[in-house]
Amino acid sequence: MTLLLVFAGAVLGAPLRYLTDRAVQARHETEFPWGTFTVNLVGCLILGSLAGAGSALPSAVLAFAGTGFCGALTTYSTFSYETFRLAERKAYLAAVMNVVVSVAAGVGGALFAYTTVHSLV
Amino acid sequence: MPDADHQPGLTDQRDPVAPPDPIDPQDLTEPIDPDVDLRVRSHRGELRQGQALVLAVIALGGGLGALARYGLAAALPTLPGRFPWGTFLTNAAGCFLIGVLMVVLTEVRSAHRLTRPFLGVGFLGGFTTFSTYAVETRGLLQPGSVPLAFGYLGATVVAALLAVLAGVALTRAVGVRPERTVRP
Repeated sequence: MTLLLVFAGAVLGAPLRYLTDRAVQARHETEFPWGTFTVNLVGCLILGSLAGAGSALPSAVLAFAGTGFCGALTTYSTFSYETFRLAERKAYLAAVMNVVVSVAAGVGGALFAYTTVHSLV
Repeated sequence: MPDADHQPGLTDQRDPVAPPDPIDPQDLTEPIDPDVDLRVRSHRGELRQGQALVLAVIALGGGLGALARYGLAAALPTLPGRFPWGTFLTNAAGCFLIGVLMVVLTEVRSAHRLTRPFLGVGFLGGFTTFSTYAVETRGLLQPGSVPLAFGYLGATVVAALLAVLAGVALTRAVGVRPERTVRP
C-alpha cells in the first residue's frame, strides 16, 4: 500500500516539475535555472510543513505527499547538472550563486515551514 | 519576450525554402525538445501534440524513480541525529547517472525522443530529491548535531557535483573516442 502511495505521489510530482520548469524558463531570458529553483523551493516548503505536522498526519499522507509527491517534484540531479553546465560554459558566478541560493532557500524554506506548522499543531 | 508571431519570416513555418531555426545542439539549457522553439507558433502546436505522451512517460519514470529511492531509504534507514546515508547515496548516484545519460544522449548517439523525458526528467528526477535533503538538514539543526547538519549540507553538494563531473568525464572517455577515430 505504501509503495502504491509513493508511486502515485511521484506520478503527479514529476510531470508537475517538468511543466513548472517549462513555464518558468519560458518567462525569463537569463541563464539562471529559475525553473528548477522554483520546484525545489516549493517542494521544501511542502515537505517542511508535512514534517512540522509530524505525527498529526497519517503515515499514508506522508508516503503520498512527502516521499512520493515532494520527492519527485524536487530534484538533485537536474540541480547539479545545471550547475555543472553553468560552470562548463564558464559562468562561474552563476554556478556558485545557483548552489548558494538554492541550498539557502531550500533549507531556509524547510525550516520556516516546519517551525510555522509545528507551532500551530 | 518579443512576439515572434508578428515578425515576417517566422509566420509561415511550412515554407520549404525557409532556413531552419539556428539551434545549437550543444546548448543543453534549451527545453527538453531542442527542435521545438517556443517562440514560433507552429512549434508550440507541435509541442501540444506530443505533450501528453511526454508527460505520461515522465510520470511513469518519476513513479519508478521514487520507488527506487523509497527502496534505498528502507535499506539504509536514517536514525535521528545521524548522517542520512540513504538520501546522500541516492542523490550522489542520481547525479552520476544524469552525467552519464546527458553525454550519451547529446554527444555519443542519437536516441528516441522520449529517452530523456523518461530517464532524465522522469526516473532520475523522481529518484533524487532536494526536499528530503533540506528537511533532513533542518532535522540535524539541533543542539549536538549542528556540525553534522552543515557537514551533510556541504558533503551532498560536493558529492553531487563531483558525481556529475565523474559521469560526464567517464562517459566522454569511453563513448566519444570511437567516433573520433573515424574522422580524418
